[in-house]
Amino acid sequence: MRLLIVEDDAEAAAYLTKAFREVGHVADHAADGLEGYAMAEGGGYDVLVVDRMLPRLDGLSLIRSLREQKDDTPALILSALAQVDDRVKGLRAGGDDYLPKPYAFSELLARVEVLARRRGAPASEPTTYRVGELVLDRLAHRVTRAGQEIVLQPREFRLLEYLMKHAGQVVTRTMLLENVWDYHFDPQTNVIDVHVSRLRAKVDKGFEQPMIHTIRGAGYMVRDTR
Amino acid sequence: MTPADALPRKRQKFLPTLFRTTAFKLTAAYLVIFALFAAFALGYVAWNAQRLLTDQIRSTIDAEIQGLAEQQRQGGIRRLANIIERRSRAPGASLYLVTTPVGERIAGNVEAIPPGTLDQTGESEIEYARTSEAIDRPSHALVRVYLLPAGFRLLVGRDLEERERLGTVIRRAAGWSLALVFVLGCFASWFVARRVLKRIDGMTETAHGIMAGDLKGRLAITGTGDELDRLALNLNAMLDRIGELMAGMQQVTDNIAHDLKTPLTRLRNRAEEALRTAQSPDELRAALDGAIEEADNLIRVFNALLMIARLEAGRASENMGELDLSEIVSGLAELYEPLAEEAGLALTCEVAPGLKIQGNRELIGQALNNLIDNALKYGAPEQGGDGSVAVSARQVGDQVELSVADHGAGIPEVDRGRVLDRFVRLDASRSKPGFGLGLSLVAGVVRLHGGQLRLEDNAPGLRVVILLPAGNPKPVDTPALAEPAASTAAPNPAGLPSL
Repeated sequence: MRLLIVEDDAEAAAYLTKAFREVGHVADHAADGLEGYAMAEGGGYDVLVVDRMLPRLDGLSLIRSLREQKDDTPALILSALAQVDDRVKGLRAGGDDYLPKPYAFSELLARVEVLARRRGAPASEPTTYRVGELVLDRLAHRVTRAGQEIVLQPREFRLLEYLMKHAGQVVTRTMLLENVWDYHFDPQTNVIDVHVSRLRAKVDKGFEQPMIHTIRGAGYMVRDTR
Repeated sequence: MTPADALPRKRQKFLPTLFRTTAFKLTAAYLVIFALFAAFALGYVAWNAQRLLTDQIRSTIDAEIQGLAEQQRQGGIRRLANIIERRSRAPGASLYLVTTPVGERIAGNVEAIPPGTLDQTGESEIEYARTSEAIDRPSHALVRVYLLPAGFRLLVGRDLEERERLGTVIRRAAGWSLALVFVLGCFASWFVARRVLKRIDGMTETAHGIMAGDLKGRLAITGTGDELDRLALNLNAMLDRIGELMAGMQQVTDNIAHDLKTPLTRLRNRAEEALRTAQSPDELRAALDGAIEEADNLIRVFNALLMIARLEAGRASENMGELDLSEIVSGLAELYEPLAEEAGLALTCEVAPGLKIQGNRELIGQALNNLIDNALKYGAPEQGGDGSVAVSARQVGDQVELSVADHGAGIPEVDRGRVLDRFVRLDASRSKPGFGLGLSLVAGVVRLHGGQLRLEDNAPGLRVVILLPAGNPKPVDTPALAEPAASTAAPNPAGLPSL
């Protein structure tokens, strides 16, 4: 995956490029908004990570200009402004995701990978997700594992649906709260963990190989380990 | 500069300041208006008096001419001449002159008149002299020339000295009174302006003192209740409010400093201890994990504080819109239900469907989240046994009532106001995780939405009640409120009209 990091703080930028390269991605760096715009316009990037406050051209204007050029490279906005209104402004400007500073790198990585994957995905989503022997039928609202039906509550179904849509990718707790529950606030407790463990009890019970994995310090992943 | 020459300089500066005051300008304007009015009134009186006098003179002349003409008709020109000679000798007499048709003088007491006066009959104002010595300083007179039969001419007139004297008197009176008005006016404006200026200078001095840091300074009140007093009262009230805010801010800053230093110290101690004692990479890793966790907590506190600050400033209200409160409440109850079960508490949710409010979804969600989180943390019964947390939402009149109730230890009445402040944690809760910001945030959200927050005794336990203005003024169906649809954390068919 090719990434462009537009960040004016040299130390933060160095940390990010190094961290992304360590996990096997190609990361370029632009130190201000105009440079970032020029590099992004050159194309070839899978995801842009844009700081909101940048010299010469601010992050939101950068993304807005790209969108006006019909460039829809997924963009994640990093911002020290963590308030509700700021997130909405960021998304309105054409950003695809918004992460307040300070952030955990695992959270950023998970989100960037989801954005990159979304770009390559076909426009229409498949009606069934399949991970190994686990099958989720979105139309019939049915989940089976090895042919055996698993009865899920509506919310559990949506939780599993999101996890399976991003199978093989790390999904963080915040991402689950935002995408499954549509909440953009800090619950301050392990509410998500309890929901996942309930789901896990239904999906993995009685099977030798677990489908839902806990990724330490990051979140969860659905993966067929066989 | 010595004190001796400091005084005149101040004087010099003081006078222009005085002229620039509103009081002085107003008084000066009144003065001019009043002077103009007085001048006009006096002028009018003078003009009328003169006219009256002239009329009187004129009628006297007319009467005399008629009398004399009558004498001439009866006794001829000789008799007329005799009468005129006689009358002319009387003191303060009128002016008389009889001439032949060719202008030769027959009788009269006028020595000199302007040439040609006699050629025209009728009335005119002329300069004349009674004696030849007086030719150099002629007097004014109103005269009338009358054509007698056979071409003789008769001139009768009266001196205008009287009229002129009256004019002089009036002019002098006008002059004096105007001068008096001017002097008095100047004095009055100076006096008024100085009085006002003195008070304003007092206020300015106090203001300078306050700006220099003396926040306890207040403007002087004279007690007359005039406009300056009212202004001073209002400014004092404003200063009181600013003082309160400053004190509040000071307290908040102290609190923040204290409550952020505690976790920072913990963080530092951990790192130091790990450096000193850790033997293996695993131990170091564990220490680093712990440090990151502490840092995350600090970030949480910062975020919450920023949010509260924003709420208190009355901002963060850009994204306000109509919200389905029923959906938010039942959704959150559903989110927390497994957690409640794990904590051994039954979470029940009674939500009337279709409740609408004007608000920000994230903020309302965060507030309710904090309340439920608190209820789960502190809501377990003190004596053990099965506890329960009840979340409910219903319409009450034109308000929506949202409540979260538990059967835990509750909050003593004396502490109920205090717990809404930042970083306040009651002794009973110190052992539990938290920073004492949850309720402050709730209070901020409720205030921003124009609602009320009440902490009640749930006997036992705590019941937090939030009243918010309803978004749709007309409830769809009021009877449904009496028996809210009961559901236990099941997703509510949100948006359906109540039956």
